[in-house]
Amino acid sequence: MDIRFDVIQDYLPYFLQGMGLTIGLSLIGILMGSVMGLFIALGKMTRFKVIQFPFIWYINFFRGTPLFVQILLIHFGVMPIFMSPVNPIASAIVSLSLNAAAYIAEIFRAGIQSIDRGQMEAARSLGMSHVQAMRYVILPQAVKRMIPPLGNEFIVLLKDSSLAAVIAAPELMYWGRAASGATFRVWEPYLTVALIYLVLTLSLTYVLNYVERKLATE
Amino acid sequence: MIQVQNLKKSFGSLEVLKDISVNIKPQEVVVVIGPSGSGKSTFLRCINKLESFEEGHIYIDGVDIADKKTNINKVREDVGMVFQQFNLFPHKTVIENIMLSPMKVRKWSEEKARQKGMELLSKVGLGDKADVYPDSLSGGQKQRVAIARALAMEPKVMLFDEPTSALDPEMVGEVLGVMKQLAKEGMTMIVVTHEMGFAREVGDRVLFMDGGYIVEENKPKELFGNPQHERTKAFLSKIL
Repeated sequence: MDIRFDVIQDYLPYFLQGMGLTIGLSLIGILMGSVMGLFIALGKMTRFKVIQFPFIWYINFFRGTPLFVQILLIHFGVMPIFMSPVNPIASAIVSLSLNAAAYIAEIFRAGIQSIDRGQMEAARSLGMSHVQAMRYVILPQAVKRMIPPLGNEFIVLLKDSSLAAVIAAPELMYWGRAASGATFRVWEPYLTVALIYLVLTLSLTYVLNYVERKLATE
Repeated sequence: MIQVQNLKKSFGSLEVLKDISVNIKPQEVVVVIGPSGSGKSTFLRCINKLESFEEGHIYIDGVDIADKKTNINKVREDVGMVFQQFNLFPHKTVIENIMLSPMKVRKWSEEKARQKGMELLSKVGLGDKADVYPDSLSGGQKQRVAIARALAMEPKVMLFDEPTSALDPEMVGEVLGVMKQLAKEGMTMIVVTHEMGFAREVGDRVLFMDGGYIVEENKPKELFGNPQHERTKAFLSKIL
């Protein structure tokens, strides 16, 4: 097997451009997912069954169906209601955010519920409202415990953003497929893409380990 | 100060409090004793509504906390509570633990809250521990911080839920010492405890609870010296 380095060389600018979008998609996904996830987690944890219901089913749907299917549904089904023509990057952002929100909601819920009941009781006994107790006592402690699983979700999201290639959002995987299709080569484009993903996830792991250590010593 | 009228509370089908009525006067120190499962902790936790209850009324300074319209947060501002497990906030330093609620609930300035906090810390003998995290304190120190934290809200009444039960024996004394001091200063206190020495020495009145009822109540001298009820006698003979 001879490796054609010129293919890699020709497409490298596109790969790097795609990498930028991949990073962007996963960053926006994790941020929007976190905001929505907190909201969904709190919704699922209310005492009122009627309010819980939609949140429970949101999580059921987005965790229980493939992201691939969700992306297609959102891009071809939902997004055309709001824009025409549909921007695939917008579809990718929406799909990844909604999907991540479901997983992050469960991370939030687990984090909040892992805090000893006595913390809430102590806060309430001091006259704090439920919201104040959450904000000043429960969440600051819960967030610390949520960093490792949240980091894990970030890594999953980064890799899963490659599915956006199927709706032609020009992220890293899209350019891998494009290069392969144009040159009829398999190893060069896909291995290069794989290597870039690996560099991204390993760097992320490194950063997360650093943050975890930092939080642990605080 | 506190009137409890026909209080009833169940956990599912288990009736924990069957019919509790008691009046507590200002500056009174009431000690609640009884075997485990007698409902004494639950009774205490009903007073600031950490436990909801099905029937009866509890008036705190004339405000009925059974009334759904009562703002329970407002009532709790005046009812301090100390827990068996301390429940200090581990992510905050000792002084931050104490300042949090005065600042967020009472809306005190940081300066005022800190001043009050330092005052209370020296009072419980921990003036040098203001800036450490609770993790580095012993059990007895934690509980004294917890008392200071509750006092920072300037409560009218203090509830103590087995405050020395989770402590190593050599640390019980320092916590009881702070509580004695507090009683001397005229704080209204309800104390659930197994420390009979404390009950005898500090209590104005002792309630003996068993099976969800207040079986007997009297001055400590009378109750310990001359218990009237069979169950009181049986309990006291086992622990004294």
